[in-house]
Amino acid sequence: MSDAILRIENVHTDIAQYHILHGVDLQVPRGAVTMLLGRNGVGKTTTLRTIIGHWPAREGRIVFDGDDITALKTSERARAGIGYVPEDMGIFSDLTVEENMVLAAASGPLDTGRRDRIFEAFPPLRTFWRSPAGTLSGGQKQMLSIARAMAEERRLFLIDEPTKGLAPAIVSTMAGALRDLKRQGASILLVEQNFAVAKALGDFAAVMDDGRIVWAGEMEQLATDAGLQERLMGLSMEAG
Amino acid sequence: MLMRLISGDRPRSRILTLVLLAIFLGLLFAPFLFPGVRALETAARISIFILLAASYDLLLGYTGVVSFAHTMFFGMGAYGVGLASQHMGRGFGPLILGSLAAAVLAAALAFIIALFSLRVRAIFFAMITLAVASAVAVLVSQLSSITGGEDGFTFQIPRALGPANRMGEVMGVNITGKILNYYVVFFISLALFFVLLRIVNSPFGTVLKAIRENDFRAEAIGYRVVRYRTIATCISAAMAALAGSLFALWLRYVGPETTLSFEIMLDLLLMVVIGGMGTIWGAAIGATVMVLAQTYLQDLMGSAADATMAIPMLSRLLDPDRWLLWLGVLFILSVYFFPSGIVGRLRGGR
Repeated sequence: MSDAILRIENVHTDIAQYHILHGVDLQVPRGAVTMLLGRNGVGKTTTLRTIIGHWPAREGRIVFDGDDITALKTSERARAGIGYVPEDMGIFSDLTVEENMVLAAASGPLDTGRRDRIFEAFPPLRTFWRSPAGTLSGGQKQMLSIARAMAEERRLFLIDEPTKGLAPAIVSTMAGALRDLKRQGASILLVEQNFAVAKALGDFAAVMDDGRIVWAGEMEQLATDAGLQERLMGLSMEAG
Repeated sequence: MLMRLISGDRPRSRILTLVLLAIFLGLLFAPFLFPGVRALETAARISIFILLAASYDLLLGYTGVVSFAHTMFFGMGAYGVGLASQHMGRGFGPLILGSLAAAVLAAALAFIIALFSLRVRAIFFAMITLAVASAVAVLVSQLSSITGGEDGFTFQIPRALGPANRMGEVMGVNITGKILNYYVVFFISLALFFVLLRIVNSPFGTVLKAIRENDFRAEAIGYRVVRYRTIATCISAAMAALAGSLFALWLRYVGPETTLSFEIMLDLLLMVVIGGMGTIWGAAIGATVMVLAQTYLQDLMGSAADATMAIPMLSRLLDPDRWLLWLGVLFILSVYFFPSGIVGRLRGGR
């Protein structure tokens, strides 16, 4: 993993008085999908939020494409090329779908070619282009959430549980869109609880436990080793 | 043309459109439709308070920032015009210079307050604005040699805008400088209202709405939240100062009671909440309702008290002296039944 777009070195993060990340070490390879796995509450979301700057790292370093971004503000990290899709369908429900998309293209007008590609991946967004985002269904909101991250050129996507709570049909649409993103050569760090999706999309995987990375390697190795899955997560990938 | 003027921000409700049209036409033809000094006084107040409430809504409704210093900026505008006219003499020059200087100063002061307090939690901004506004009000009272203290001071405005300037008769109404003054106040308020509409419907306004809903998400897209909030605070302060300048021009008097008092701040809050936060149209309706209630509720209650003389208890309850109580009841009812304001309700929300 010498060509890593993101390197996290011994990162510790506190939320209020709680010490959540206990020295996370992680590398995200360029142009590949890295799955961040683990049980609930082990620090996956906090890791993504620390990378984007929502929670400051108390200790350690975050290096993005060769630059130390540990001290940068969230907006500066975003402008450096990190797209973040939060787990709670982080859309602006008071704004229309169009306004959400235009807003997401923070560095300039929304490119029409890019918009058309987004419409192709998520057809409902074209239908509800002028509607308030708050009136969309859960699946459509999640589509908008990912589409927003795709509104302009990003060097790295941080995506937090994009299929959480969605109907199977929507999950397959989301997986298709993420596959397209992967085909375009995007670098993605993806938190996902659905192991079938994780297995289908991931090139690499990192497993967290108690605020640390306890295993990192190729997804295929994890997917084919039931004993390893059982030991790391107490789950079988086949179950997903 | 009309859509460009309102920046494409349609009222999105037939009743709302009619109400707004009635307010606009009522104010435009006020000197001809409602004769008498009191009616003209009320119309001028409505025009100015629509602008003031809209500028406050930019801060509270669109940016989600609670400020208690808005009347301080309003007062700065009023004192700017008053002091310029007092020291530089009667004329349009001092009016323009005083207004612009006060708007620039208000924006600068807002910038300093925002710089120190918007980085921290919103509640600190509210507390700091409250402290600064109280300090300025005390300062104005103490510096009586400059500000006239608690009594304030009167000043002269250009003769063309004075009641002694008679310009003939139109539709049976004597056109005087006072009516000309009214139209100066009305059209400048209207123009600044359109400027605010333009701002909230611009890409800048969209970012403000995003910040109001979730500042972290806006930050995660790449927007510098503090910078946007600071700019909104400065614009809002400058607009409030310009509204204050118009108020002083209309009254030909400035004093702490009419421009800096905390009561005006509370009225402003009520106007924005009653009309509907986050809609400039709501500020227009809220200001109109409040000013009309403040001006005519007592009269209405007097008539109601007379009509219910047969029921002494009800008559006593409707005594004009109790108008503030009924205004409070009206406010509670409006918040209960229209939690998203009159505009929110008319647009089909709750």
